[in-house]
Amino acid sequence: MQRYSTWRLIREALRAHSGWVPAWEDRDPEPRYEIVLVGGGGHGLATAYYLARNHGIRRVAVLERGWIGGGNTGRNTTIIRSNYFHPRSAALYDFSVRLYEGLARELNYNIMFSQRGMIEIAHSEADLETMSRAANSMRLSGVDITLIGREQALAMAPLLDPSPGCRWPVRGALMQRRAGTARHDAVAWGYARAAAALGVHIIQGCEVLGFDSVNGRAAAVETSRGRIEADRIGIAVAGNSSSLARATGFELPLHSYTLQAMVSEPVKPCLDCIVSSNTNGSYVSQSDKGELVMGGNLDRCPSYAQRGGFRVTQSVVAPLVEMFPAFGSLRLMRQWGGTVDASPDNSPIIGPAPVPGIYLNCGWGTGGFKAIPAGGTVFAHLLATGTHHPLSAPFDLGRFARGELIDEAHAGVAH
Amino acid sequence: MRLASGGEIDRGTPLAFRFDGADLEGYAGDTLASALLANDVQPLARSFKYHRPRGLLAAAHEEPNAVLDLRHGAYHDPNARATLELLAAGMELRSVHARGTAQRDALAFLDRCWRFIPAGFYYKTFMWPGWKWFEPAIRRMAGRGVVDPSYHPRAQPQRYLNADLCVIGAGAAGLAAAQAGLRRGLRVVLVEQRTRCGGTLLWRSARIDGEPAMRWVAAVERELRSGGAEVLLCTTALGLYDHGLLALSERMGDATGGARERVWQLRARQVVLASGAIERPLLFGDNDRPGVMLADSALEYLRRYAVRAGERVVVATGNDSAYAVAEALQAAGARCVLVDARADGALAAAARTQGIEVRANERVACAVGRDRVRAVRLASGATVEADLVAMAGGWTPLIHLYCHARGRPRWDAARGAMLPGDPVHGLAVAGAANGADSLQQALEQGVAAAGGAAGSTPRAEEAAFGWGGEPDIAQAFTTPRVWVDLQHDVTVKDVALAVRENFSAAEHLKRYTTLGMATDQGRTSNVNGLAVLADRTGREISTLGVTTFRPPFVPVGMAALAGADRGELQAPLRRLPAENVHRAEGAALLDYGNLLRPAWYGDRETALARECRAARTEAVVLDASSLGKIEVLGPDAAALLDFVFYTRISTLAPGRLRYGLALAESGGIFDDAVVLCVSPRHFVVSCSSGHVAAMVANLEAWREDRFDLARVFVHDATPQWATLAISGPQARRVISALELGIDLADGAFLHMSARDGVFAGVPARIARVSFTGERGYEVSVPADRCAELWGRAREAGARPLGVEALGVLRVEKGYIFVGQDTDGETMPQDIGMGQARLARQDAFVGDRSLFLPAAARAGRRQLVGVSALGEAPLAVGAHAVVRDGASERSIGFVTSSYFSILLGRPIALALIEDGAARHGETLEFEHLGARSAGRLVPPCLHDPRGERLNA
Amino acid sequence: MQQFPCPFCGPRPEDEFRYAGDAGRPRPGRDASDAEWAAYLYFGRNARGAARELWIHSYGCGRWIELSRDTVSHVVDGAKPMNP
Repeated sequence: MQRYSTWRLIREALRAHSGWVPAWEDRDPEPRYEIVLVGGGGHGLATAYYLARNHGIRRVAVLERGWIGGGNTGRNTTIIRSNYFHPRSAALYDFSVRLYEGLARELNYNIMFSQRGMIEIAHSEADLETMSRAANSMRLSGVDITLIGREQALAMAPLLDPSPGCRWPVRGALMQRRAGTARHDAVAWGYARAAAALGVHIIQGCEVLGFDSVNGRAAAVETSRGRIEADRIGIAVAGNSSSLARATGFELPLHSYTLQAMVSEPVKPCLDCIVSSNTNGSYVSQSDKGELVMGGNLDRCPSYAQRGGFRVTQSVVAPLVEMFPAFGSLRLMRQWGGTVDASPDNSPIIGPAPVPGIYLNCGWGTGGFKAIPAGGTVFAHLLATGTHHPLSAPFDLGRFARGELIDEAHAGVAH
Repeated sequence: MRLASGGEIDRGTPLAFRFDGADLEGYAGDTLASALLANDVQPLARSFKYHRPRGLLAAAHEEPNAVLDLRHGAYHDPNARATLELLAAGMELRSVHARGTAQRDALAFLDRCWRFIPAGFYYKTFMWPGWKWFEPAIRRMAGRGVVDPSYHPRAQPQRYLNADLCVIGAGAAGLAAAQAGLRRGLRVVLVEQRTRCGGTLLWRSARIDGEPAMRWVAAVERELRSGGAEVLLCTTALGLYDHGLLALSERMGDATGGARERVWQLRARQVVLASGAIERPLLFGDNDRPGVMLADSALEYLRRYAVRAGERVVVATGNDSAYAVAEALQAAGARCVLVDARADGALAAAARTQGIEVRANERVACAVGRDRVRAVRLASGATVEADLVAMAGGWTPLIHLYCHARGRPRWDAARGAMLPGDPVHGLAVAGAANGADSLQQALEQGVAAAGGAAGSTPRAEEAAFGWGGEPDIAQAFTTPRVWVDLQHDVTVKDVALAVRENFSAAEHLKRYTTLGMATDQGRTSNVNGLAVLADRTGREISTLGVTTFRPPFVPVGMAALAGADRGELQAPLRRLPAENVHRAEGAALLDYGNLLRPAWYGDRETALARECRAARTEAVVLDASSLGKIEVLGPDAAALLDFVFYTRISTLAPGRLRYGLALAESGGIFDDAVVLCVSPRHFVVSCSSGHVAAMVANLEAWREDRFDLARVFVHDATPQWATLAISGPQARRVISALELGIDLADGAFLHMSARDGVFAGVPARIARVSFTGERGYEVSVPADRCAELWGRAREAGARPLGVEALGVLRVEKGYIFVGQDTDGETMPQDIGMGQARLARQDAFVGDRSLFLPAAARAGRRQLVGVSALGEAPLAVGAHAVVRDGASERSIGFVTSSYFSILLGRPIALALIEDGAARHGETLEFEHLGARSAGRLVPPCLHDPRGERLNA
Repeated sequence: MQQFPCPFCGPRPEDEFRYAGDAGRPRPGRDASDAEWAAYLYFGRNARGAARELWIHSYGCGRWIELSRDTVSHVVDGAKPMNP
């Protein structure tokens, strides 16, 4: 792998950048791999990387219908946090945050993970009590959470309306200092580049049409570019999971909904941390480019359209203008939607599928981006060994029939 | 410079304004851009990355450079678009992004470092010692305008409209469509983003039906207005959403102090997109210099604002449509040189007769000059002096709304443009947006799109027009720096670099180089970017795919988007009918689950103790009007309630009440309620305040799903009735003073029963029920009599009780509040109500879930009381911790906690793993690093036998 | 925002309705296995393309409506009362 560094950049600048090589090579599919991963998003690419790095398995192909990182990996609001209520969720997501902290250097790709902190605003006494319950749970799970007072919250986000009589008064906040944002595309590209360097084949423009079974076990995928055999097949396709599962003959407890995100025109730095409100269902951060990156709740209408309705756009913007009156002078520049795979308990599904030979990584709903390094690690472990990583065991598909849901539905607004 | 005559401006109304401290003057009718151009202000902006000096490229929404800080009275816009905002007297404009001013920018040196900061350079560096060491500086370098922290926009109500036909764009095609629609009797809305109808006819000469085209425009506009069509000028269609919903933004012009923008939502059965096409820049060296402008825009400035954008003009083209521009500028006194990539021909000959120098088979290789263009160097090597380069690189149809509606564009190589592909239901595209080759064709397409008769199309004559074919990239690689995306400073070299690194999918190119991701969404850059990409990858443009256009078409103000959804209208609070009475009593009104309720009365310090003491020793009155009063009626009413409730309801005798739980299908407790049986065909469900809407929905859902709709009916009467809860040892005395006309003797009126009475001449319902553990009565009267009832109860000696003291009283009794003392996982057996789970054999909501493995396993969190060992109450949300090997883990949490005056010590409720079996254990509770201890006890700590109910 | 043709109220904006799951999924009895019960509770069809959905006209007539709707194009083919 061609190493990136400041010195390299300077050297290339002096010879018209003619020495740069492809970040990853496009490959044609071979007839057989040890492991085929369906879906070239963050989770699929990270899984491929960890299969090669952690388990030494390099006969791996990542099949992507379009272009890598083009699904929810490239459509989210890039927030990384681990403030989850259930200890099992907190363990998984906090593991992810820790991997993100070292990821730029590990991949030799600047993913711009910026741990600028996140505050979730309490607007009432009741909010503070709810947050206390969550904060103590997270602290006991080892997550860096504190409850901060009104003045400290206002100091972190000075454009918040400080008046006690406004619609969304600031009473305090739940703060995670290590939360932050990263450059979403860079995460996909960084993993792709590192995985390709270890021998993984990244195959773009290759749509999976179905699965072939031998003796009741999935043995190959039929694709738009021919049949590819594999010992094990991993599916990490977010909002399209249900369709692929049906093609294989089983159902998943998922709903595909649209999650909108939007950005304002860029302005000079005016918001250093991520601010969210569970009560009014909106959140905002400012990107390095200067845009406000905004989002809100799911649009609870089944949809694969990858675009959102105007009403939901307004329902995100209106409370933000109310919380940050100065944002009323800005313009909304672009709005888009992703199809997220919402599970009944807002927790992911990781584990063997009902069809032997197929393994699932889905159901991340609105939380997939922040979990990419952890999702990749535990999914690689599952594919390589056939057994769960300790962190992923509670997230098995069987939990629904047992009634052992990991209910994060109340644990926060979608982001 | 400004011409002495002509244009749409009003020379009789001069407007003084300032730009970067200089006093300038424009006229009414000017945009900020035309006024600045008339004052020869160049450069007026700095580019995003390299801080290159920039001037005006265009005259409308496609302008990438001219973003300014605008102040006008109380109004502030940190990113005003100079080409769209109309000038008003007293405006204060400043350049943004520059350190200093656009003319003198301390960061201009960055342009000399361009080699070191190519596309995506940040992915390859800043990793050591860490991104956080570089990020703050980079953040300060990015961004454009500066937010004014004190800005506080007013609410700006939106407008709503329905139409049979909405036409986007009032150019020739749009006007023809609107007229055809009107003549068919349709309700027509015509949306035009400029200040006047006409589209390109405002600045391009043509004749329609033998007359100057603008006469036809005026006649059609008159016909539309008099025929009842809505003509919305200064209005831009932002997006086309599902089922014909259009979002529009109307610029309101000078509205000092008020809003300058209003959002419309319009639902149209049929949409005609006649949004035209914009011109494309040519790719040559330093094609971003101030003075390099789109030819069509130069003509618009000339004709509409009487501004001649240059004296010595090079018009660079590869198609016919630029000839009219050269001729107009020449006629207006400029000296024009026409540089045409094509061979000499008849058009060139005609141009020469007007004194224009035409250089055929020639291209511009690069622009010369720094802060503004001084000359151009041609491909042949010759240099031509110029202060304006008007470039005509072909046309880009504006099909954004077609793409919003999931239309897939196709590449039309002959026209060199992305055109609409397969049709989209409910949307027709007409005119230049649809690839029309002539004005005549545009008119025909407009008429056809609106379903008009073909024979009614007017006849048009115009100057030569040409699409120009695929982008001309012959000069794109001959000089080091050729701009593709001006606003984001993306050059041809950046595109080539991206391809070298395999970012060659159209979306990867966009994301890696940021091409097309600026506020103009790549209007002038996307197609040139694709052409360079096609060249570098050796592919056809048609195979590259397209990046998706996203709403809004132009950036829209966030305050305008919020509309009237501001202040107390945003998620409006519900209120009690007697709110004013509580205010008069000194109540502190707080938000409880979006309902404004009295938290306490009078002085906060003493209120809690005073109210609790009164409740236990005298009589208190609580406004419980928000409790549910859901009537369930009909022969199947009991069956519906049996199915929806976990607690059996059908065995209830008329006149009696029962406390019951309702579950979700997952088995978790959904709500609790007191259900009254009025008669076997009439029940009233009194559920908790915050769950009324959900309970009604739940009852309705199962009614629809499982019952004959003629045999059971659900009616929510909650807002019609006010309820005051009167309780305490003296409660009966208070009730009797209300003269309700019922026998209050305990033998005749048992606890958990109800009677109909009369209060001051209106019907009243009196229920014996207690939420404090003391003798209690709930009196319900029509909502408008609540204040009167409250007054009578107070006169009879009841003291006011707020929600906070109620909390203490209920926790003393171990009464739960669903949603606070339970969570989504709490099942009936977890709060000591497991009997029905085993007893009931019939179906009820959640039945099967109560027997899943998780419902029976050890370690379920169960409701307990906690007696704190210290003086202070435990914190709500504190977690009980136990050792688990080397670490500690939570086994549950405190859900409600108070200091009990009655018991003289702090008490709490908690959900603790296997809590029911742990009574007597002492646990450690953790709250934000502090520890305290509490002993687990039964939830009910006061009068467990319930003797006080009849005391 | 979509517009749904309520059989009782006529065309109404989407935000008057609330999505209530797949149409035509019977509720199993007590004798269902854990897996059958979980399938009823959680394992919906999540159709991509043509779907039969239940919607409640919460801010209208309150009735339950069965919509035939395409989840990709959002085209609505028909609407009828769930419980006629």
